[in-house]
Amino acid sequence: MNGRQIGDVILDLQNISLRFGGVKALTDISFDVREHEIRAIIGPNGAGKSSMLNVINGVYHPQEGRIVFHGEERRKMEPHMAAMQGIARTFQNIALFKGMSVLDNIMTGRITKMKANFLEQAIHVGRARREELAHRRKVEEVIDFLEIQHIRKTPVGRLPYGLQKRVELARALAAEPSMLLLDEPMAGMNVEEKQDMCRFILDVNDQMGTTIVLIEHDMGVVMDISDRVVVLDYGKKIGDGTPDDVRSNEEVISAYLGVAH
Amino acid sequence: MPDTADRALDTFPRLLFHHARVRGDKAAMREKDLGIWQSWTWADVAEHVRALACGLAALGFRRGDNLAIIGDNRPRLYMMMTAVQCLGGVPVPLYQDAVGAEMLFVLQDAGVRFALAEDQEQVDKLLEIQEQLPSLEHIVYDDPRGMRHYTQPFIHDIDELMAMGRIHDQNHPDFLDGEVALGKTDDVSVMLYTSGTTGKPKGVCQTHDAFISSGRGGCEFDKLTDAEDILSYLPMAWVGDHLFSFAQAQVAGFTINCPESGDTVMTDLREIGPTYYFAPPRVFENLLTQVMIRMEDAGAIKQKMFHYFMGVARRCGAEILDGKSVGLGDRLLYALGHLFVYGPLKNVLGMSRIRVAYTAGAAIGPDLFRFYRSIGINLKQLYGQTETCAYVCLQPDGQIKLDSVGMAAPGVEVKIANSGEILVKGPMLLKGYYQRPDATAESINADGYFMTGDAGFFDDDGHLKIIDRAKDVGKLANGAMFAPNYIENKLKFFPHIKEAVCFGHDRDMVCAFINIDVGAVGNWAERRGIAYSGYTDLAGKTEVLGLIQECVEKINAELVQEGMLADSQVHRFLVLHKELDPDDDELTRTRKVRRGFISEKYAALIEALYGGKTSQYIETEVKFEDGRRGKVAADLQIRDAKTLPVVKKAA
Repeated sequence: MNGRQIGDVILDLQNISLRFGGVKALTDISFDVREHEIRAIIGPNGAGKSSMLNVINGVYHPQEGRIVFHGEERRKMEPHMAAMQGIARTFQNIALFKGMSVLDNIMTGRITKMKANFLEQAIHVGRARREELAHRRKVEEVIDFLEIQHIRKTPVGRLPYGLQKRVELARALAAEPSMLLLDEPMAGMNVEEKQDMCRFILDVNDQMGTTIVLIEHDMGVVMDISDRVVVLDYGKKIGDGTPDDVRSNEEVISAYLGVAH
Repeated sequence: MPDTADRALDTFPRLLFHHARVRGDKAAMREKDLGIWQSWTWADVAEHVRALACGLAALGFRRGDNLAIIGDNRPRLYMMMTAVQCLGGVPVPLYQDAVGAEMLFVLQDAGVRFALAEDQEQVDKLLEIQEQLPSLEHIVYDDPRGMRHYTQPFIHDIDELMAMGRIHDQNHPDFLDGEVALGKTDDVSVMLYTSGTTGKPKGVCQTHDAFISSGRGGCEFDKLTDAEDILSYLPMAWVGDHLFSFAQAQVAGFTINCPESGDTVMTDLREIGPTYYFAPPRVFENLLTQVMIRMEDAGAIKQKMFHYFMGVARRCGAEILDGKSVGLGDRLLYALGHLFVYGPLKNVLGMSRIRVAYTAGAAIGPDLFRFYRSIGINLKQLYGQTETCAYVCLQPDGQIKLDSVGMAAPGVEVKIANSGEILVKGPMLLKGYYQRPDATAESINADGYFMTGDAGFFDDDGHLKIIDRAKDVGKLANGAMFAPNYIENKLKFFPHIKEAVCFGHDRDMVCAFINIDVGAVGNWAERRGIAYSGYTDLAGKTEVLGLIQECVEKINAELVQEGMLADSQVHRFLVLHKELDPDDDELTRTRKVRRGFISEKYAALIEALYGGKTSQYIETEVKFEDGRRGKVAADLQIRDAKTLPVVKKAA
């Protein structure tokens, strides 16, 4: 497709099991993510896809299994530590500040990069001021990249759904992540919005070299843009491989289409 | 820089290098990039143009070559025009929203060897039709985004082109000045394609002299200086943009400002606050529609205040602007109105600093025109066409007549043929249509007058009035004059009507197709709690038909007052089930209706209108932006509008 180089494994999940009390959300799941690839997680509702993402960015702590990120085994950690390590994400149900402008929302994505202390920021002098200019520039680059200049000053709550999704992606990109987790980036979008979003995801992956892990229900989209796909069902992994492998996998077909008993 | 190129300021490259010397550190161009306005001074522009021209020469660009320019208004696209002119080549700007197949004709006709494409989208269009374009050798792109994987050797980044040019310039320091010195004032400076309301587009060749004369005439007429700011947002392929953003800017040395993107024009307009502004009537109309929509949503007190002071403005605003005598009471009220309504309103529109604003391209509704003048915006009309550098008639300050296009511009001779057609002569006339001597001979008569194809007449004060396209003016079956454009413009002034097409030639009455304005009618419907799913649904609502019927009946009441047009009252109408669209060939790229095409495509509807039916089923194919096709079908209701009896005056 292009000259993009898929690199080594940067995230390795080994035998992950996650339980909430007696409920097994994930059972003994292993898969890996390589640098610069687009990795999709698919599966029927309740298969554990979002839980998997939450494990990756440290919201949930699996009871069993090892997570190796950039060659280091991860200890128990908090989501903001994942953000510090360069993992950003978007949410299935948009989680933006509705009353704030698009620009301010994207600015919040820079939070982990801000060095000035609270007092400096409050009186807006010296380091805080210089910093803000630099951050603003980065944010403007993201705005330009995602073509949302015309809504820069518009409160997010007034935007149509498709644009809100794009703003959420913008906020994640503002953090300059090395790995981006997208939870159903195209849910509820019309065909045109989906095409736009696909193009942006491919552009991000191609031009910024960002590794992308995404959950998506639209099979057309997943098969089109992903390099490798992992399939979950009832918290178990039932398939893993290229889109073509997965498409011809018997177990996957039966999980999605059902089998005659 | 040696002065050899500067014997006389009679070509655009010489003008540019002149400005670089006398006002080198003044801003020539601005563009908003990453949210911040970036400036290029005249010296910067001259340096870039030099590098671009030398780069082109290094690629093998020869005197007389044509270079296509495809993209939104961007500084480097304007610079490329001058760079091409430096080498004695001809820039050919194209409408950037056309699809590849539409561009193909122009690119083939012009035999372009080089093309400058703004971005990946435009490059893709060129690659798509490349096989049918054997003459095309090099594609240069302005925006590198998404271009990383285009490794074809004939595709060049504009920055690389300039780097190449700078090396060429160092090795051959006298080269460019020599090339500029070779330029003659009657060389072709630009080729603009006519929009093709009739038949295939034709390349209009204009010389340096034509555009410089037009630019000078216009600048003197309106006393434009190098302090003006203009927002350049109209297609570069349009003659109006070339006159205002290129020719006049280069003659007077003022600043052009390029918007960030097509969607941000309104914001950019507010931020720049241009002093000199040009827009087709459609833009002024849209602005007014938006203001009216927002006013309808405003609180009761604000609405009252707005309507009261707009009443004051209607009474005396235009007179005050023209310097006519107005009573003290009205002057005081107008001053108050300025404080509370007109000032803030102009600010919201981005028009606080405007000294001169022009409109052209289509007739502007008198009420719309008067609205802007009454709030103190010096909006004027001009008249011209691609073949005349958009420079034939201008309205002089203080002598504005709402229904005329003003007097002959300095250096231009205008006369009316016996047939009523307007004929013009002057330095701004085209040199010829590109490789079409037959068409050139057809449009310029034996005495050297260009035949505009418009019908008009001079009033008692020497102001020119345009009635319609000469060929569109028809007759009703009873012999009365029928000027469809005139009626359509009246209809289109209503904020709820976006487009109208009238029929009546050789018929016993006038009937009309209407397109509603989705924004305005949608808002109207929402406030009345009328649910709708989209254009087709909204257009078919009985309530909406009632609303449009009121509009039609209002213009019938106006028409009956207008003597020779009284017979043109609209008897029957329908609201079309889809918006007329350039993609479906119903409008030209400059959004003029293609009457002939529409009457063929919708023949069944016309038949139903004249056949007295009350409804008609129609199915139409539509093209989507991505090239796919679909069908829109609807059962259209046909309404009779009330008409008033025509009182025949004794002749």
